Amino acid sequence: MVFGAGGGTNSYQEIEETDVILLWGSNARETHPIFFHHLLKGVRNGARLYAIDPRRTSSVQWADVWAGLDVGTDIALANGVAREIIAAGLENKEFIHNATTGFDEYRRSVEPYTLDYVERETGVPAHVIRDMAHMYARAHRAMICWTLGITEHHNAVDNVLALINLALLTGHVGKYGSGLNPLRGQNNVQGGGDMGALPDRLTGFQHVENAAFREKFEKHWSAKIPAQKGWHLSQMFEAMERGELRALYVIGENPLQSEADQNHARHRLESLDFLVAQDMFLTKTAELADVVLPASAGWCETEGTVTNSERRVQRVRKALDAPPGARDDIAILFDVARRMGHDFGQPVAENIWSEVRALSPAHAGMSYARLEASKGLQWPCYDENHPGELYLHSRLWERPVRGPRVSFMPVEHDPPVEKLSAEFPLRLTTGRRLDEYNTGVQTSAYPSPLRRGETLDLSPEDAERLGVTDGELVRVLSRRGSVTVPVRRDHSLRPGLTFMTLHFPDDVATNLLTIDATDPKSGTAEFKAAAVRVEKV
Amino acid sequence: MSTSDPIWFTPPPRPSRPPAPPEQPEATQVDIRIDGQPARVPGTMTILEACRSRGIDTPTLCYLENLTPVNVCRVCVVELAGARTLAPACSRKVEAGMDIQTNSDRVKLARKMVLEFLGSSVDLSTAPQAQSYIKRYEARPERYGSDVETVDQPVKIDNDLYVRDYSKCILCYKCVEACGTDAQNTFAIAVAARGFDARISTENDVPLPESACVYCGNCIGVCPTGALMFKSEYEMRQAGTWDETRQTKTDTICPYCGVGCTLTLHTQDNRIVKVTSPLDVDVTHGHLCIKGRFGFEFVQNREENSGSDG
Repeated sequence: MVFGAGGGTNSYQEIEETDVILLWGSNARETHPIFFHHLLKGVRNGARLYAIDPRRTSSVQWADVWAGLDVGTDIALANGVAREIIAAGLENKEFIHNATTGFDEYRRSVEPYTLDYVERETGVPAHVIRDMAHMYARAHRAMICWTLGITEHHNAVDNVLALINLALLTGHVGKYGSGLNPLRGQNNVQGGGDMGALPDRLTGFQHVENAAFREKFEKHWSAKIPAQKGWHLSQMFEAMERGELRALYVIGENPLQSEADQNHARHRLESLDFLVAQDMFLTKTAELADVVLPASAGWCETEGTVTNSERRVQRVRKALDAPPGARDDIAILFDVARRMGHDFGQPVAENIWSEVRALSPAHAGMSYARLEASKGLQWPCYDENHPGELYLHSRLWERPVRGPRVSFMPVEHDPPVEKLSAEFPLRLTTGRRLDEYNTGVQTSAYPSPLRRGETLDLSPEDAERLGVTDGELVRVLSRRGSVTVPVRRDHSLRPGLTFMTLHFPDDVATNLLTIDATDPKSGTAEFKAAAVRVEKV
Repeated sequence: MSTSDPIWFTPPPRPSRPPAPPEQPEATQVDIRIDGQPARVPGTMTILEACRSRGIDTPTLCYLENLTPVNVCRVCVVELAGARTLAPACSRKVEAGMDIQTNSDRVKLARKMVLEFLGSSVDLSTAPQAQSYIKRYEARPERYGSDVETVDQPVKIDNDLYVRDYSKCILCYKCVEACGTDAQNTFAIAVAARGFDARISTENDVPLPESACVYCGNCIGVCPTGALMFKSEYEMRQAGTWDETRQTKTDTICPYCGVGCTLTLHTQDNRIVKVTSPLDVDVTHGHLCIKGRFGFEFVQNREENSGSDG
C-alpha cells in the first residue's frame, strides 16, 4: 500500500542483531514461538524490547518495558510517539527529505497527540511513551513487529499505517536490522496473497486494474480478466446479505466458525443458492454445503510451496498417501476446470510454479532446483543468479533515492466501534494460546497436556467484584449473543479487560459475541474489541 | 504507465544491488598442525571445527551445532603438545602454533575410559552413536562386572506426548540447554544434585504437567541416547513395531503459524511416528514448538475421525 508490496521487510536473523524491538499487538511467545527464539537471541544480545499489548502476556514478560494500552488505542499511541520524536527533534531529517513525501501534513496531523492526551486516551503513562519514542528514534537499528492485535480492528489498515509512519519518521526501514514485520498467522497466508488470492491483485502483487499487467496474464491464460477489483471476504458476506452473491466455493476455510458474529455468518451462508466446501474435514461450514469435495492435507500429502513471514518460499512435500477419496486441491481444481471446458493440463505443482515464475518478476529466479538446494528463497528473486532480498526497500537509502519516494499516510485515532456502556461494561478481546490453533480443526486431534478448554479470562479484581471464582460457570453476553463458559482468573489482565479464544467453537462459540464491524480497506473484522457483560448462572 | 501512477500500480524499481548484511571483519588465519599435518584455519574455529574441516571424525556426545558447548562428556578430548591435560575439542579455540593429536594413545585411552564408565552405568540400547564409539575405541563396559552401580530407574510417563527414561541418561546437559538460553528459554529442567547422584530434574522433581514445561520437545530433539522419546515411539518400541529400516524422512513445512518451520516427518506404514527439524535450517536451527512437533495427529485416522470440531 505504501511500499508497493506486502511482506515483512526483514529476515528473522536480523532481529538477533537489532537494538530496539517494538513488539506491537503480538503475543509471539505463544503464537509464533520459533520466531520468538530469534527475538530472544536479540534480547540476549542487548536489544531493548518494548511490548505494546493490553494484556501482560508471556511475551510481555520478556520485555524491558510494557506499554499496556487500552484495546483499540494503537493509533493514538503511535501518533503520540511520533509527536514526541518530532518535538524532541529526533526525526531522521536526511531520510525524510530524500526518501519520503508528505511529512509536513503528517507533522500537523500528529500535533494534537500530546503526551497528556495520549496518556489519557491509551492508559500508557507519559514517561513510558516518551522513553519509547526516544529509544526507538535514537536506535542504530530498530524493528517493529506486529500481529493480529494491530489488524483485527475496524481500522486495521490505519493501524498498520500508523506504524509505517513511525518507521518513515525515523528511517527505520530498508536497512539491515531495521524494518516493519507483520508476523503471519497461517503457514501460507503470505504466499496466498503473493499468489494473487486478493481481490485486487494478480500473482506477484500486480494490480488487476493495471492494463499492462492484466494483458500479460490474459495473453498467458488466453482468457479475459475482469478489469475491476473484486470483493474481499467481508464484502462477499455483505453481498450475500444483499443477494448479489449467490454461490460460494470455500477451500480450506471454516468461515461459519471463524467469522465474527456467528449467527449473522450462519444466516448469510444459509441464504446462498449453492455452497461448495473443499476441505480435509467435514467442517461445520462443509455440513451446510451442497457439495463437499474431500481434499488431502496440503502440507504432508501433496507437493508444492508455501511462503513464510520473512518472504521465504519453501517446498512442502508429500510424506503420506492421502486417505481414499481425498484428493490434492490442484487435482480437484483442474477437474472442475475441465468440466467447465478448460484443459489446464496435468495437475503438477512444479508446472504451476513455472507459470508463477513466468508471470511474477518477484518469483522469476526461484526454480524448484534452487528451492531444493537453498532450503528456500526470499522474494523478490528476479533471476536465477539473484540471491533473493534479505531485507526490502534498500532502494530508499540510495542517493539520489532510487524510484519514487514513499508517502507518509496520516491517520487519526478512532476507538473501537462498540463503546463500553453501563449495560456492557467489560471489554472482550480474543487471541490464541500456545498449544491451540484457530477453530481447533487441526489441534483438537492431538493430546496436548496444556489443554484446558475455553474459559472467560478475567482480572482478579473483576472476578472478585462479580463474586465468581475459577471454574465457575458464567454467562457472557454481548449485543449479538451469549455463551456460557467457566471463569479463569488471569493476572495478565487489568480490570475491565476480559479474554477468550476461538479454539473450542463447539463447546463455547466465542464468535457469537464478537462484532463483525469490519475495516473498509482490508475487510478484517474487529475480533479484538467487543463490549460484554458477565452474569452469574 | 506514467510515473504519477500510485506506487501500488507500478512496482518500485529494484535496488541497484541486492541488500546484504553488514560486512564482518574477516577472521585471521592461524597455522596449526593436526595429527602431524600442517593446516591453516580461521582463528575463530574450535579444534572440533578445524578437525571436521580436515575430514577428521572426532566423537562427540554433549556437543551439538545449535547449542553452547558445555564440556561435560569429555569424549571429544584431544592432546595438545606441551599441555598437561587433554583439551575438549568442542569448545577450545585453535591458536597459532597449536600441535593437535586427535588419535594418540592417550586420547584413545581417555575416550575409551569415558565410554566404559558411561556404558557400564547407563542403558545405551537406544544410543546408536555411543554404541558406535564403544566399538571404535574397543571399550568394554562389561569388564566392570554385573553388579556395578547404574542409574537404572523406572521410566517416567506423566503426559501423553513424551516419556523420560533416565536409565538412559548420560547427563550431557543438551536437554537443559535446549530448554534454557540456547533455544526455548523455558527453564523447566536443570541438573539436580552432584556427583553420581546428579540427574536431570524438574523443579522439586514434580511431574511434567506440574512443571514449567510447554512441551516444545526441543529436549527430545537434542537427546543423543533416547532417554527422552516421543510417547508414540516408546509405545511402538514396547510393542516391537518400531522399525527404522522401514521409515522414511521427508522435509516439509509446518501447517500452523506463518513462521515457516521445516518439519522432518519420520513415517512408517503411512503414519507419522516422529517429527524433527534439521539443525542447518536458519528458520528453526532444529527447534520447534508443541504444535509443530506434536500437532500432526489430525492427518492420521481421518477415515475414523471426520474432524471432531468441524
